[in-house]
Amino acid sequence: MSAKHPTTEQAPPATPTWAMIRTLGLVAGICGLVIVGSYQGTYDAVAANKRIAMERAVFKVVPAARSINAYYALEGGGVAKAEGEAPAGAVNFFAGYDETGKLVGVAAEGVAKGYADAVRIMFGYDPDCGCVRNIGVVAMRETPGIGDKIAKDKEFLANFEKLDAQLNAGMSALAHEIVTVKHGSKTDAWQVDAIAGATITSRAVGRAINDAAQALLPKLVPHLDKIKDKS
Amino acid sequence: MTPSTTAKWDEFMEGIWKQNPIFVMVLGMCPALAVTVSAVNAISMGIATTFVLTCSCLLVSLMRKMVPKEVRIATYIVIIATFVTAVDYFIQAISLALYDALGAFIQLIVVNCIILGRAEAHASRNPPLVAVSNALGMGAGFTIGLFALGSVREILGNGTLFGFSLFGEHFQPWVIMVLPPGGFFVLGAWLLLFAWFERRKQAIKEAGQHA
Repeated sequence: MSAKHPTTEQAPPATPTWAMIRTLGLVAGICGLVIVGSYQGTYDAVAANKRIAMERAVFKVVPAARSINAYYALEGGGVAKAEGEAPAGAVNFFAGYDETGKLVGVAAEGVAKGYADAVRIMFGYDPDCGCVRNIGVVAMRETPGIGDKIAKDKEFLANFEKLDAQLNAGMSALAHEIVTVKHGSKTDAWQVDAIAGATITSRAVGRAINDAAQALLPKLVPHLDKIKDKS
Repeated sequence: MTPSTTAKWDEFMEGIWKQNPIFVMVLGMCPALAVTVSAVNAISMGIATTFVLTCSCLLVSLMRKMVPKEVRIATYIVIIATFVTAVDYFIQAISLALYDALGAFIQLIVVNCIILGRAEAHASRNPPLVAVSNALGMGAGFTIGLFALGSVREILGNGTLFGFSLFGEHFQPWVIMVLPPGGFFVLGAWLLLFAWFERRKQAIKEAGQHA
């Protein structure tokens, strides 16, 4: 490098160690301040944004709700207010309450592998009928015009007007697994009719809901009384 | 304009036209193809890159006399990574939807060759104001390039611009344009247009010489 760009000064034979350490140390110090500063400066705004996005997704699937609380359904059964770190094996969910503080629905998130990437689905659970009502897409990277129809296709969304999610007699799992079936072959209330041409993404939606419901409902349903009224 | 302002103006224009990162140097193709599915994404990515580019070049230029050449790459990368982290937080604070749409490409600004290239080739050899003018120009040129791709792809592939419907309900979107191949098609078309300009300029110049 220095051979190509001759300078008037004679270049020193070797750069002193302290100069390199000094520069790297100084750069690390300045950069540390910039990173920590921008993290702390944006912390509140980022947290508020995340909360708003989550609330919007919950209100979409539990439209009757006026306020929501976040809870954990605990491993051994029972529920606890979601504060701090989630206990091992706990499942995160949201309870929606109307103006009078009465429980009107539960919302939870499920994830399954779609065509391009993970499809994250928020779904509403209606404790009165034991069914899934309304879904919302939290995140997906499905093909525009094909897989992304799961968010808008009216026929597909009609599956989630009253999708059966009753528990079996022992309350250990769903009485019927929620499955996605080929377009036009839905026969039972716990089946999801796939979108023609977007079967893989439709299956991901069914699987996301089934997995999340299987994990959450057996822990939650026997203890629904505890969250019946807003505390 | 004083001579020094003119010089800075020239530095700024360099990146917009003569050395446009997208259309002339064909650099930074990874974000240029990946996030330009809509005009909003394209402009946001352009602004984020411009911010990182300008801040990094300013700091590199300020420190240019005390960075031994043995540690310069390490120094530049740490500086660039710092501003990328900062911009990552800023975007999360502004809009989570935008953050999700840009995805990993915000973090990948670290390895955008325009930025390291500018730091190494320009900012490390020029005083701060000149370096910043050049960086702003390069950033603006990059943003214009991304917008040229993003707007065309959004109009053809979605029938909208900045989310506003242009052709009414009966428009059948040309979906391939918002898929990865569409990025190559549109980029190719733009490069063709610029190559044609270049040819024509050359031809006019030669015709002038013969006359």
